[in-house]
Amino acid sequence: MHIHSIRYSTHFIRSCVALSSLFATIATANAADWPQFRGPAGTGVATDKKLPLRWSEKENIAWKSELPGRGPSSPIVVGNRVVVTCSDGARQDRILVVCFDAESGKELWRRQFWATGRTLSHPDSANAAPTPASDGKRIYAFYSSNDLVCLDLDGNLQWYRGLAHDFPKAGNDVGMASSPVVVQGSVVVQVENFADSFAMGIDAETGETRWKLARPATFNWSSPAAMNGPDGKPIVLLQSPSKLTAHDPVSGDQLWQYETTCETIPSVLGVGKYVVLPAKGITMLELEGSAPKILWESNRMRTGSASPICDGESVYVINSAGVLTCADAKTGDQKWQTRIGGTFWATPILAGEHILCINQDGKAKLVKSGATKGEIVGEADFGERIQGTPATSNGALFVRSDKHLWKISADKTP
Amino acid sequence: MNWILKPLASRIAVAVAFIAGLHAMKAATTQAADTVDATSLLTRINAVGPEGKGHRDATKAWQTLATADAKQIPEILAGMEPKNVLANNWIRSAVETIAARQLATGGKLPQSDLEKFLQDTRNAPRARRVAYELISQIDPPAGARLIAGMLNDPSIELRRDAIASHIAKAEKLEEQGGGPNALAAYRTAFNAARDVDQIKEIAEKLKKLGEQVNLPSHFGFVMNWQLIAPFENVNRSGFDVAYPPESEIKLDATYTGKDNAKVAWIKHTTTDDFGAVDINKTIAKHKGAIAYAYAELVADKPMPVELRLGSTCANKIWLNGELLTANHVYHAGGGIDQYVGSGQLKAGTNRILLKIAQNEQTEEWAQDWQFQLRVCDAIGTAVLSRDRVATTTK
Repeated sequence: MHIHSIRYSTHFIRSCVALSSLFATIATANAADWPQFRGPAGTGVATDKKLPLRWSEKENIAWKSELPGRGPSSPIVVGNRVVVTCSDGARQDRILVVCFDAESGKELWRRQFWATGRTLSHPDSANAAPTPASDGKRIYAFYSSNDLVCLDLDGNLQWYRGLAHDFPKAGNDVGMASSPVVVQGSVVVQVENFADSFAMGIDAETGETRWKLARPATFNWSSPAAMNGPDGKPIVLLQSPSKLTAHDPVSGDQLWQYETTCETIPSVLGVGKYVVLPAKGITMLELEGSAPKILWESNRMRTGSASPICDGESVYVINSAGVLTCADAKTGDQKWQTRIGGTFWATPILAGEHILCINQDGKAKLVKSGATKGEIVGEADFGERIQGTPATSNGALFVRSDKHLWKISADKTP
Repeated sequence: MNWILKPLASRIAVAVAFIAGLHAMKAATTQAADTVDATSLLTRINAVGPEGKGHRDATKAWQTLATADAKQIPEILAGMEPKNVLANNWIRSAVETIAARQLATGGKLPQSDLEKFLQDTRNAPRARRVAYELISQIDPPAGARLIAGMLNDPSIELRRDAIASHIAKAEKLEEQGGGPNALAAYRTAFNAARDVDQIKEIAEKLKKLGEQVNLPSHFGFVMNWQLIAPFENVNRSGFDVAYPPESEIKLDATYTGKDNAKVAWIKHTTTDDFGAVDINKTIAKHKGAIAYAYAELVADKPMPVELRLGSTCANKIWLNGELLTANHVYHAGGGIDQYVGSGQLKAGTNRILLKIAQNEQTEEWAQDWQFQLRVCDAIGTAVLSRDRVATTTK
């Protein structure tokens, strides 16, 4: 999830049995890593060939591992490694990166650090709120305290930045939650707050600052997004409450800006030539030439805290009332609405024609997306508070709470 | 492949695997057995600074340091400089890497040396904490034995675990019906506790056992204040305006405040267990306004202190006219010890001045105009005024 926070309940297994479960196996494209918030393309679209969509105490839980701390962040998957960030301690100042073997659930390594920035947050959130990112060679773990840790895939430290150590006023005491994105060798972080507000591009190899931009001094929890511009070159999108700006990932140079009233929690995404912006509901921009043009705005596509997802054909949002809405990506015309129920911090994921939604109480619902309706075809219950967006890889689903990491796999029943 | 070749291929594969395994074992053994020049490596790592300064050299040094023999862990931990918070994390991860490799290959950690390191309070608190965690990992009973004696440890992390252990012991005594013993154990834990959650937890236990608990004194909250408000802060314009209290403290003076109203100092004593002062109730509710709060603290001798403020409003803290911290942040979360200003008390009367700025947000959650301040040392031990007057809390 993204300002991933959440409250949870309990007893996963019992609840699973009680609620039963459902789902069929759905087919998608190729198995792939899940290296960042909202997956490989940052769109919420899974590329796995199939996903397990039926699980219960006795079915399809490949493993369940304990976590050493809290965290609304999402798991990421790199090869056979599942990486999770956590925070712990009386002041949430112990920050951790934990790596599990995707096959067995065995903890491969764990690294701990002392936060160097502010660690206060709303009780529902935690220091480990941002989702880590990977470029396939390294892991970049970011925290609300604005500590940025770079490890190789075996847990060897590459470098460590304390951005609030460098800029002591950065942060807020509700808790920061913006997740980093890695593009063209830059780790891009967005640290927008009332005091020292900035975005930064950091050399992925050395941890040195490539660029730093002043950003609006106000609340913002949204995450940067990467996409290709009209000329095929990568760009980074930075969403602030009053504008969206696009930047060269290497230099930080601003390429264009689009002024509007944006949301501060759900995050922008880019897919193809489209920019899906949580602004006035959803504002769909199309990239052409040197500036974006607006395709449509729809206040019927209002987002809650979960971010939108889009496969280029349809846009999906969950609003604050727990209603999942699907609209045509090109026109904004609503295709269907379905009440899922609950409060969502975790962003849904799309696999083939199915959308998996997990609310903050850990109740998962699977919705089959049709031309004119979204049909709930299954549900299950983790029994714990879930804030993190699920990850998928090699046909398996990875979900984390404050206490546990689950692998759910159609091929691996216990 | 025909049936004759299959066994041969298998044998070759086994041989290759065996040789590769020998190489891998040799590499691992060599890597684990390296004795490195820790001092020079640590110097290079301790040179890391803001903005990635020193990273390139530190990364190379780290890669060598992480190959050190596990026997060198205490030596490496000794290289942690208490105030070098960035480098501490580099060093910690090197130690974790060395220890994990050693244990994964069936080796042992230098437990005896780690215990000596832990018990020497001259070593950096965080370095001692790492030593304790390693000991607890390889020998949990030893960790429990050692931590039990660290109730008043200068390391806040070690102290916390010691207090948790002591609370558990008191709870056991309570369950066994040992009223006076349980009470004494809780009282001991309370006196040593410095973390807010533990203090609250033990205070509840003591209260249930009929024991009086003075939370404000334990924390060091300042309870007696002089307040003056409102001064102008429309459009957050007053945060950097030096209104008269910033240049003079005259408690009998009157000034022109917001909207040309006359403002004067009033005396206020909070009755909140956690020292909270609600300006909306004490003065009046104003938006776009500044309040000042003044208090004195009499010290026997000079000493470093922390002035720890909790406030959802923008704020500044001065000690004896020196600005310790300024935070132009409104309604972005709050809590005890939210902002920390480090300063130096002088012997005699010390002047504490706060500026608490309210903005004009209209949301329900943005109406608080309050603060709480405590004076303590670096680990949270209360520093009380010599003339502190006992106050009553509700």
